[in-house]
Amino acid sequence: MQITVNGEPLEIDDGSTLPAVLAMLGLEGKPCAVEVNAAVVPKAEHDSCTIHAGDVIEIVTLVGGG
Amino acid sequence: MTTCTRPDIAPLQLGPFTLDSRLIVGTGKYETWDIMAEALEASGASAITVAVRRERLLDSDGRSLLDAVDLARYTVLPNTAGCFDATDAVRVARLGRELLDQLGNAGKDWVKLEVLGDKATLLPDPVGTLEACRELVADGFSVLCYSSDDPIMAVRLRDAGATSVMPAGSPIGSGRGIANPAAIRIIHDLLKDPAMGGDPSYPLVVDAGVGTPSDVTLAMELGADGVLLNTGIAHAKHPVQMARAMRLACEAGWHGYRAGRIGTKLFATASSPWRGTINVIPGE
Repeated sequence: MQITVNGEPLEIDDGSTLPAVLAMLGLEGKPCAVEVNAAVVPKAEHDSCTIHAGDVIEIVTLVGGG
Repeated sequence: MTTCTRPDIAPLQLGPFTLDSRLIVGTGKYETWDIMAEALEASGASAITVAVRRERLLDSDGRSLLDAVDLARYTVLPNTAGCFDATDAVRVARLGRELLDQLGNAGKDWVKLEVLGDKATLLPDPVGTLEACRELVADGFSVLCYSSDDPIMAVRLRDAGATSVMPAGSPIGSGRGIANPAAIRIIHDLLKDPAMGGDPSYPLVVDAGVGTPSDVTLAMELGADGVLLNTGIAHAKHPVQMARAMRLACEAGWHGYRAGRIGTKLFATASSPWRGTINVIPGE
């Protein structure tokens, strides 16, 4: 099924959980905040977060800024 | 014999946050991470601002901000830079909180709120800023509000529950300093003078536009409690030296404001006595 991650389309397996998506993107264990459909998913809830077709995911980190 | 002692600067209280330094510095625009780390150190800042951006999914190798900054040393203040409406600013603030929570940094409970009007001026959109401020305060954030130097807007943000109002000295990154000192002074009095409904402990931070140390000193001499800057250090020819200068300028302004400056006069008043001069004084 297709989802959108950081504005780009991504094909993932049906029934994938959020940690599976993060692992697929090489972000396992890295500090990053995740939004699914414009709502933050706290780290403690990642394991129980199942991704659905069409979901829009944002994965962010901290960068230099003023 | 030296009688020089380290200047005693009272800490800056921003809601629940107590900062040793009254200078808050940004982490953007540095040529290298090493120069940034050294400049942060030289600035003496205990709080640093950062931005929240998409993780690079295809190019995530290489050193990042999180590798370059000793997070244990700084309270990280995430901003909502780049947001042009309240909805996005609130989303970004919540993402920043989630990140800092994961990192175990105290900064998870505050945010530097920016809701911008357009990309050319980077001036704040007052309506969106007020709307986002209300929502974030209701969500438990300590909101430090980037604002224009409009005194009435400053009062509105304070009344909406902002932990601090942070008027721009001049547009972000412009280096034009304090474009309208009278406006900053009026904001100061409205927010802090009890006779004008203010509270002396309410923190006023001048944010943006600082180009040179004297801009920082002027802001502090106008009665600001602190100054937030980024480009003035990061884009200086020698950022580390400029960071040191900004720190000293901040301390100078803080002491200068409290020391009570003399009034201004049109004509001169001699510092040496007239009595006892050996010469004739013209006109006498």
